[in-house]
Amino acid sequence: MKNEWPLWEIFIRGQHGMSHRHVGSLHAPDAEMAIKNARDVYTRRNEGVSIWVVEANNITASSPSDKGPLYEPSESKVYRHPTFFDIPEEVGAM
Amino acid sequence: MYAQMIKTAGTGVKSREEMTEQERAFQDKIDADIKIEPKDWMPDDYRATLIRQIGQHAHSEIVGQLPEGNWITRAPTLERKAILLAKVQDEAGHGLYLYCAAETLGVSRDELTEMLLDGRMKYSSIFNYPTLNWADIGAVGWLVDGAAIMNQVPLQRTSYGPYSRAMIRICKEESFHQRQGYDAIRKMAEGTPEQRKMAQDALNRFWYPSLMMFGPSDKDSVHSAQSMAWKIKINTNDELRQKFVDQTVPQAEYLGLTIPDPDLKWNEERGHYDFTQPDWSEFFDVIKGNGPCNTDRLAARNKAWDDGKWVRDGLLEHARKKRARKVAAE
Repeated sequence: MKNEWPLWEIFIRGQHGMSHRHVGSLHAPDAEMAIKNARDVYTRRNEGVSIWVVEANNITASSPSDKGPLYEPSESKVYRHPTFFDIPEEVGAM
Repeated sequence: MYAQMIKTAGTGVKSREEMTEQERAFQDKIDADIKIEPKDWMPDDYRATLIRQIGQHAHSEIVGQLPEGNWITRAPTLERKAILLAKVQDEAGHGLYLYCAAETLGVSRDELTEMLLDGRMKYSSIFNYPTLNWADIGAVGWLVDGAAIMNQVPLQRTSYGPYSRAMIRICKEESFHQRQGYDAIRKMAEGTPEQRKMAQDALNRFWYPSLMMFGPSDKDSVHSAQSMAWKIKINTNDELRQKFVDQTVPQAEYLGLTIPDPDLKWNEERGHYDFTQPDWSEFFDVIKGNGPCNTDRLAARNKAWDDGKWVRDGLLEHARKKRARKVAAE
């Protein structure tokens, strides 16, 4: 039996009211230890106020080859951006 | 920089005509500075070379803890001790970031560790030199970390996304390492005549091994071209070595210390210092395993791995039991 600790992906909320952001990964026997290790590895210089850990094999990722079908449709939908619309200057900021 | 003499896999740089369509698209991405991510297609040789390079870099961070760890309990003040402890902890972190980057290429952490322990993979030659006294700790931070930064700063732009991101994190922390080293050796250079002598002696012993960190001269680095085309090597060994010398000489002058090279002099025409190359036969000998500390370093890593086995296994078993109990309760 292979006794390698599972891999965990680490997400950290920085100081400034931002969302949790992926910072890297590490090995740990369980979630509790993953948080302890993440604290030592990724927040030694006040980089965070909150930690999420997710076992890597629970993450489903999109495939690079799906890039076309997933993202190309939005390229032709420029009207989804506010800059598509001209607002007369007299109307003011909008 | 902790990777030296990385053998680039493959047969060298291919012309566009020799490339397959996939290889051409891959090279185009690299040329356009688009990062390669773990699930993207990449040539097998690119993957193999990166595993070697990132793995060796990671091993160097881990083995690099040993010469400095040697002085944690004997640091001259509590403050120096706390600083050194923080630095050595950073090195462990740097090793971890890099192992994780290597793992995205399909090699496991334990496989990498085992390859270090049985000698299939190397670590930087510099860590096979001993740290004999406290001045050496200053010299290591100033020179060894200084040389490392030279190589790591450009590697932040490397083509492989996870490697680049690890380098960005590492560079943020590495500046602390060099500055604390310079601060420690400055204290001694400005201290009693005995302390001054120790500082000079440390510089004498670490100067040439630090120059070796950049690897052999460009004319002997047969594998550079492909690694540079892949942007996993950004500058040549000689470029970086020159940059390091140019940067370090004024720092030594400020301390009133002498670089142990009688032929070192400013070359007005080149706009660089001329300097003596290290003894490359010594370098190859150290790489082969005959440096002053090779045996000790590997023995220490093997002992840590073997002694830690029951802890690794125990924690995993504990996690399994806890999970089973939770499932049973549900």
